[in-house]
Formats: sequence, C-alpha cells, structure tokens
Amino acid sequence: MKSSSTRACDGAVAITRSAAGEAHRAIEAIWRIESARLIAGLARIVGDFTTAEELAQDALVAALEQWPVSGVPEKPGAWLMGTAKHQAIDLVRRGQVLERKHQEVGRDLERASERPGMETALDEEVGDDLLGLIFMACHPILSRDARVALTLRVLGGLSTEAIARAFLVPVSTIAQRIVRAKRTLSEARVRFEVPTGPVRVARLGSVLEVIYLIFNEGYSATAGEDWVRPELCEEALRLGRILAELIPTEPEVHGVVALMEMQASRLGARVGPSGEPVLLLDQDRARWDRLLIRRGLAALERAERLGGALGPYALQAAIAACHARATTPAETDWPRIVALYDAVEQLEPSPVVELNRAVAVGMAFGPAAGLELVDTLIHEPALKSYHLLPAVRGDLLRKLGRYEEARAEFERAASLTANVRETELLLRRAAECAAERMAR
Amino acid sequence: MRVLILAKEGEQTEAAAPPTPAAMAEYQKFNEDLVKAGVVLEAGRLHPSSQARRVRFDGKKRSVIDGPFAETKELVAGYWLWQVRSMDEALEWLKRAPYEGGTFEVREVFEYEGM
Repeated sequence: MKSSSTRACDGAVAITRSAAGEAHRAIEAIWRIESARLIAGLARIVGDFTTAEELAQDALVAALEQWPVSGVPEKPGAWLMGTAKHQAIDLVRRGQVLERKHQEVGRDLERASERPGMETALDEEVGDDLLGLIFMACHPILSRDARVALTLRVLGGLSTEAIARAFLVPVSTIAQRIVRAKRTLSEARVRFEVPTGPVRVARLGSVLEVIYLIFNEGYSATAGEDWVRPELCEEALRLGRILAELIPTEPEVHGVVALMEMQASRLGARVGPSGEPVLLLDQDRARWDRLLIRRGLAALERAERLGGALGPYALQAAIAACHARATTPAETDWPRIVALYDAVEQLEPSPVVELNRAVAVGMAFGPAAGLELVDTLIHEPALKSYHLLPAVRGDLLRKLGRYEEARAEFERAASLTANVRETELLLRRAAECAAERMAR
Repeated sequence: MRVLILAKEGEQTEAAAPPTPAAMAEYQKFNEDLVKAGVVLEAGRLHPSSQARRVRFDGKKRSVIDGPFAETKELVAGYWLWQVRSMDEALEWLKRAPYEGGTFEVREVFEYEGM
C-alpha cells in the first residue's frame, strides 16, 4: 500500500483532470469496466471492503503512472488485479490485515497465484464476488443516500465528482457520504458475503430499491433544470441487467429490469423540443423505443415464467406493458391497469399507489369516479407536499369542467416541485384552465 | 450511449468455412462476458451478401440489384448494438474480442434528439 496521501486520492477524479492523452482515456474506460470486479475480488481476499477499495485505487494510480509510458497491457484487468494482489501480500506481511484473516488470505493468494491470470478464474466465483459487493454497497444499515452513492461509486466506477454532478449536490457532500458509509460498514463488521435464505430476500429488496432510486432520479429529476438525466437511467439499467444475469432465478430482479426498460423506452418522447416534460398520454408514441419495449416485455416474461405471484416491480412492469402495447392512449386497457394497481396495493399499500390507481380509475370509468378516490387522499399526511396529488386533482377537475378549482390545484402543484421544467408545465396548465374558464 | 458495431469482412472470410468449435466457444465466452456486463442490447449475424439485394433510388426511379455485388472489400457480416458509457469503453471491449482478422467499425447512434 502506498502513502496515505496516495490512498486518499480519488483515482477516478485524477483521471478526469489529466484526461489529455489517449492512454488516460483508455485507462478511464478500463477502470469503469474492471473496477467493480477488481474491488469485489480483492474484498473476498482481504475480507474488508475499505481495504479492497484502497488497494484497487492504488492499482489505478500505478496504471496512471506506468501505462502512458509503457502502453496499455494486453490484459489490463489481469494487470490491475496482479498489481493490487502484490500490495495485498505486502499488507499481509506487514500484519496490516485483521489477524483472524491471515491464514485465509494466505490461502486465497496461493490459489490465486496458481491461476494463469484472472480471466480464467472461475466465472462463478467472480459472479459471487460481484454479488457480494452489490449486497454490501446496498446494505440496509446504510441510509438510502449512502447506498446510492456507494453503489454508483464501487459498482458504476463513477468518480465522486460525477456522482455529485448527477445529484446536483456539492462534491464534499458525496465524499462525506461515502466515507461515512464505509465507516458504518466496518464498525458494524459487515461481512463480505452473498446472503442466503430469508435474509437474502430482505437484502435483495434493498438492492432493487437502490437501483430503482437511481433510475428514477434520472427519469424524473426531483430538482434542477433538466427534467430527465438519461445517463442515470442508463447506469441503473446497466446495474439491473448485470444483476439479472448474476441471479436469474429471482423474478423481481427481472421485474425491476422490465419496468426500467419499458419506462426508458419513453425517455425520448418524454421531453419536448425546448426541454419541457411531455406527459404519457400526450407523447408521440412513434418515438417510443421499440428495442427497449421488446427487451422490457422479454424481461417481464422471464419474471412470469419463474412462476408464483408477481411482485411489486413486476406488477408495475405489467402496467407499463399495458401502455407499451397500446398504439394510442384510447386503446389502453385501463380496467386491466386498475386491476394491476389493486394487486400492487395489496402487496405494498401506499398513498402514491392509491393516487396512481385513481388516475387509472378516472381513465377507465370517468373523471368523477377518479376524483372521488383522489378526494379521499387529500388529508393523507404522506402526500401533504407531494406535487402530483394536486396535479392529478387539477387534471380531473378540468375534465369535469371545474376550471377555477383546477387552476388553483395546478398552481399549488407548481409551488410544490423543485424541478424547474415541471413547474413551468404545471403553470402552463393552470393558465390553460384560466383561459378555458374565460372561454365558457 | 449506444454504439453500433459493424463487423466488416472481405469476400473470402464472409463465405469462409464455419468457425472451429474452439473458436466458437471463445466467441461465445466473449459474448457472454458482454451480456453479463450489461453491454449488449442486440446482436446479429448476416447471411452472405451474395444473397442480399439492394434498392437504388434515383429520383422517382427505384431499381433492385441482386447480390453478389461488385465491390466486396468491406462487407458487413454482422452487427452488435451496445450500451456503453463512452466511445473509449466500446473500444476497450472490442479489443477483447477473440478475432484473428477483419475490421470492426464503431459508430455512435443518435439518441434523445431534442433533449
């Protein structure tokens, strides 16, 4: 291990700053391909996540020093792993790895050196390492924000700066979040492992939550100038697709992938010419991405084929599939969507789901029926500052010709969102209601 | 971002004997690695260009031309559609492909126009 100043160095940041030469660009790309596997493999060897990440970062620093001169090695992944392992051996010799781990580490290193290069290492083992890393980064003892930051950092290979940029927060905030998350993990002595049995089900829930949170932040940004940030959606999709290959027997993993693929298929249609949001029913369906729809439907089928009742993500994917299959809004199977929301609500009762269901009821059985349901949610504490409640209510009131009430609701909704684009859309709707009232 | 990888081969390799089982296994392993990394969106291998047809547009006129075609230096033999984070990442993946010959062209696909 190098000096502490090198250790603290954020390797990925260092790359962006000196991104002059071709070698540096190649190293950055290689890092994003290899880093998760590298950290995961090292974590299994040294048994400690923080040490593993530091070793990986040191190997990256070594690559940044040497590759621009020597050229990129033929097998860069194996080079990085080899370099990191040498340093791990050093650590073991100097007694810097936890006492109880010594023998294990020695054994692992021996086995590792018998292997002719990492890429021939048992694929299954590599897969398990990667899964272990995912479960660790998404550990429920961490806050949601910490899980998201840590996942993007160690599994996405994103720099602290890139994560901060994506979430529109200061770099220091993300850096602190990551440091604190690592400390929490080591203080709680969280073991690097792939959980099994009932624990696994709960832990998997946390993993899926993190992936979908990342997706959603990209799909409808909660703050800032942009309504969508596709790179976050792509990152979440990539993580989901990787997870689906690692544990293909978990229906909800395919469920969340299906949901993301189908929602992402609408990304291009969701934004108007000047960056304004375009809502589902107003979208030009010819712009929906057929490839992602096909992939989404295939993932949903994989979830269904595994048998059993569909979980909440797969059910939401089934709802998205209803939209994807309809060539016009009028062709949408709204009664089926209502039934699917009923099923979601039984599994995970939530006021937000009830609100969505009310929208579907409004479409299937008329705005009065929808409004009746929405009105039962007005005093729901969880929806007190949720901008979509007045937005939905405004929409239903408008359809019923109650323009003045609708206008007030859209204005209230506009005051509740921090997203600039969404505020503009809602204020436009309010103005339309005012105009419609005058025209009457 | 999305990139389209076009596998370009000469006339000879395009119509060459099927690959050996060992080469096939290597290729499959590479493809699996790509799928496991969440990179592949779509992949396909094309029938030889001798079976292909072309439609040429000239004003209102359309003429259909049957293969094989005269220019056979760089025929597209297959394609991949990849989801990657940069052109460099695509190149790093591509360099790992177990091919002994041929040229592969990497093209970025337009996405999210107007965003």
